[in-house]
Amino acid sequence: MTEMEVIEELSDGMTIGIGGWGSRRKPMSLVRAIACSSLKDLTVVSYGGPDVGLLCATGKIRKAIYGFVSLDSIPLEPHFRNAKQEGTIETSELDEGGFYLGLLAAAHRMPFYPTRAGLGSDMLMMNPEIKTIESPYKSSDGEKGEELVAIPALNLDVSLIHMNRADSQGNGQFLGPDLYFDDLFAKAAERTFMSCEKIIPTEDFLKEGSVHTLKIPRLFVNGVIEAPRGAHFTECHPDYGRDEAFQNEYAASAKDHQSWENFKQKYLEATSHQEYLEAVDSITQVEESQNG
Amino acid sequence: MADGATIDEICVTAIADGFRGDGEILCNPIGNVPVVAGRLAKATFQSAMVMTDTVSVLAANTIPLGDPDAERLVEAWMPYRDLFDVVWSGRRHVVMGASQIDPHGNQNFAAIGDWKKPKAQLLGLRGAPGNLVNNTTSYWMPNHSTRSFVQKVDVVSGPGYDRVSELSDWIQSNHEIRQIVSNLGVLNFSNEEKRMQLVSHHPNVTVEEIVASTGFELLIPDEVEETRIPTKEELKLIREVIDPHGLRKREFVKK
Repeated sequence: MTEMEVIEELSDGMTIGIGGWGSRRKPMSLVRAIACSSLKDLTVVSYGGPDVGLLCATGKIRKAIYGFVSLDSIPLEPHFRNAKQEGTIETSELDEGGFYLGLLAAAHRMPFYPTRAGLGSDMLMMNPEIKTIESPYKSSDGEKGEELVAIPALNLDVSLIHMNRADSQGNGQFLGPDLYFDDLFAKAAERTFMSCEKIIPTEDFLKEGSVHTLKIPRLFVNGVIEAPRGAHFTECHPDYGRDEAFQNEYAASAKDHQSWENFKQKYLEATSHQEYLEAVDSITQVEESQNG
Repeated sequence: MADGATIDEICVTAIADGFRGDGEILCNPIGNVPVVAGRLAKATFQSAMVMTDTVSVLAANTIPLGDPDAERLVEAWMPYRDLFDVVWSGRRHVVMGASQIDPHGNQNFAAIGDWKKPKAQLLGLRGAPGNLVNNTTSYWMPNHSTRSFVQKVDVVSGPGYDRVSELSDWIQSNHEIRQIVSNLGVLNFSNEEKRMQLVSHHPNVTVEEIVASTGFELLIPDEVEETRIPTKEELKLIREVIDPHGLRKREFVKK
């Protein structure tokens, strides 16, 4: 598939899960395709990074559900910060571990999973739809079962994830230090579209990495998109690290309207992922020759 | 006593001392000064603790800060999913930051103002709600002032003792705010009322200065010690092994 073919599968108002973690292995070519599309009123569910920021800045998000929104080396996503401070998006902010349990519940088709996370903090005040339940099992000395938070399932219409390798059947392979929660995003969604650095024959998987890296079976994948450097500017080890210089430029574009317009013109008018990479590379080359 | 210990190094050993007695747990400091402190504690008096490389493995050796290619003696894989399992197991002591903290230890790093449309959006709740009800927590606050030590926080990310006293026995027995280390002193809640009290003032800081920089009434015991100075061995480890680039100083706000 191409990024544009994925966009045709999406519609306004959908709930979309995005894999990766902060500014790490985000399916950015797909995120950019959404940012440049006419889609609107999306609910985005993510351990957020520039995916959430970019979709905030381009007005695609009605509601964001997240454990955090960070660029890692820049602790708070600046476009997300703008959207919060201007009050342009609805949010559901969950404890990071609670967010995991919401994905797990959706993956297991359960209505909720219980946890203690949220009790005592303002998480429940900020999320009045989240209920507590009494444990049916009494504590040894207590009359009552313990009060627990019932984290509702984060059911997703579509998930977008990015892997290092995939085969054309939809099996995915991560080669970096952490899968994050990408397998759960795939299982929590009705349909999952997976971009990858490179499509390889199935028989080559075990030449790339051990069997433990094959965590995304095609059971949970509906389409594969080959997108080399598809996670740019987020990191995608071992294929490449984060493009910190580009990330700084992206972050600086949150400063004011003009900075954002400039960034958009430079990078978001590309009609394909390939064209985007050419724009990124040509500017890097110009800067290098100026410095040289 | 070692000559020339600077305030950032005094804060490092103060945070490190917070891990004394922790045993075989995950020492999980967040931020440069806390990471240096954790690695120092592990390299000296608390070797049973395990620590991450801040990416995805538990590393048995002492890794220098800010050196992504430093050699790691890997003892286990610790991707984020497993980290949550450790949080929920309770075998962890986390050191987090706090933009605001109140007399009961309620911590905010989520937002200033109304959280729905905040004056300043901060990090968010992050893992604080789960951390506080499952494992030991300490705070590192390099900017001690009446704006950060406040009577009432705008959002509660990590619950303090007053809120936790309303919760289950299970939570009460797992919740512990070990200490707060600021640029001025060390504070904790080791009293009947579970209210914030001063434990020690850093060298060249007076108790009066701390009281004036705190936006609520601090409990002041009859005896307030001076925070200890790092030993020669500790200074050598901090400066030459753990933080040769001096990244700990970046976090430190000069008075």
